[in-house]
Amino acid sequence: MLPIVLASSTDEGGFAPPTIDQTHLPDILPWMAEYGTGFGKQMLMIILSVILISAFFMLAMRKPGLVPGKVQWLAESGYAFVRNGMGRDIIGEKEFKPFVPLLFSLFFFVIVNNLFGAVPFLQLPSFSHAGSAYALALIVYIIWIGLGIKRNGLKYFKLAVVPSGVPGWILPLLVPLEVISTFLVRPLTHSLRLMATMLSGHMIIMLAGAGAQFLIMETGNVALQATGVLVVLGSVAMYFLELLIMYLQAFVFTLLTAIYIQGALAANDH
Amino acid sequence: MIRSEAILAAAEGANPLVPNWWEVLVTAVGFAVLMFLVVKYIAPALENSYQNRVDAIEGGLEKAEKAQAEANALKADYEQQQQEGYAEANRVREEARTEGAQILAEAREKAAAEAARLVEQAQVQIAAERLQAESSLRTDVGALATTLASRIVGESLEDDARSQRVVDRFLEDLERNSTAGTASGTAGVAE
Repeated sequence: MLPIVLASSTDEGGFAPPTIDQTHLPDILPWMAEYGTGFGKQMLMIILSVILISAFFMLAMRKPGLVPGKVQWLAESGYAFVRNGMGRDIIGEKEFKPFVPLLFSLFFFVIVNNLFGAVPFLQLPSFSHAGSAYALALIVYIIWIGLGIKRNGLKYFKLAVVPSGVPGWILPLLVPLEVISTFLVRPLTHSLRLMATMLSGHMIIMLAGAGAQFLIMETGNVALQATGVLVVLGSVAMYFLELLIMYLQAFVFTLLTAIYIQGALAANDH
Repeated sequence: MIRSEAILAAAEGANPLVPNWWEVLVTAVGFAVLMFLVVKYIAPALENSYQNRVDAIEGGLEKAEKAQAEANALKADYEQQQQEGYAEANRVREEARTEGAQILAEAREKAAAEAARLVEQAQVQIAAERLQAESSLRTDVGALATTLASRIVGESLEDDARSQRVVDRFLEDLERNSTAGTASGTAGVAE
């Protein structure tokens, strides 16, 4: 990011890099109202994602055949990926079944909203807004703590923070660390990892766009215009990297959920 | 060089960690709706289809294995039958060969017997004819000799009974001489 800023700011025109404010477009309802006061683009996209996901899978499975068509095959591959790759392999053969719908919903909710950032005109990964990431992480947080309590009673908190087989004198040091890492840091990292990767990807695309536009349109210098073309080319590469990260973050978010659930279910096992 | 005021303004203007509570609400509600649809409709359909496919594939494999086993059994059966067929054919051929040889031997034997019978019959016939010739010869020679003798003597030796006795005696003498000299095989014929 920095070199582009430096290169452009040597020009006397001055380059104003896009700010985080610009990821917050004015709201739609009321039209062009200040961001945060009404119904905004990001919320519209969340709703759109729910409609898209449910419509796709319902249409795909409307008339399921034993030999699947293309769409049904795609839907079932996605389902099998979450079911077996994250549910069965992490939570375990015995108990994974009830959690498949949760993992499935999470994975597709996150990946579709992430991919919105790569679709022209939409071009906003919903989870670059912290609120959405917090909401999902909070839901997951409540679920796994609830599961732990349901499985082990209130003793779950002791099981979760007091490692077994550790000498007693080290516990005063270890227990606070475990409390912090499990119950405070975990939901934060769970949500912020997603938010930060999406926001940074979004910022890079914005910055590349703004920088290229500035270099080509406003400098009037052939050499700088050529670097502007390089910026465009570089942003295409970044775009594909972003696609990978969008998928990866959805995968990680769901995988961590499965790991948390497994940990809560198996708290008493060690 | 960097417009630090802009960056500062950005940092002050919007802290990316501060959530818009409306977005929290919309996301939570949106996800709840999605969860509801998935739990109610989508996941059961997918799970059902998945299980059906797994069952079908495993069942299909089982079926294929069974069919394979059946085919193998059939093939073994067929091969055994073929082997039996070959053996049967060989046996029949062998039997035919021995039978043929037997028939040939029998035919040969029969032919030999027939030939022997023909030879014997011919011999008997020859013997009979010879006997007949001998007796007719005897009568003719007797008559001839008598006629001749009566011509020489000049008187008739018409007395048949006497002349017949003379001739017979003569021939008997002749016969006895030849019998004493050669094999006795003709003795029966002479009598």
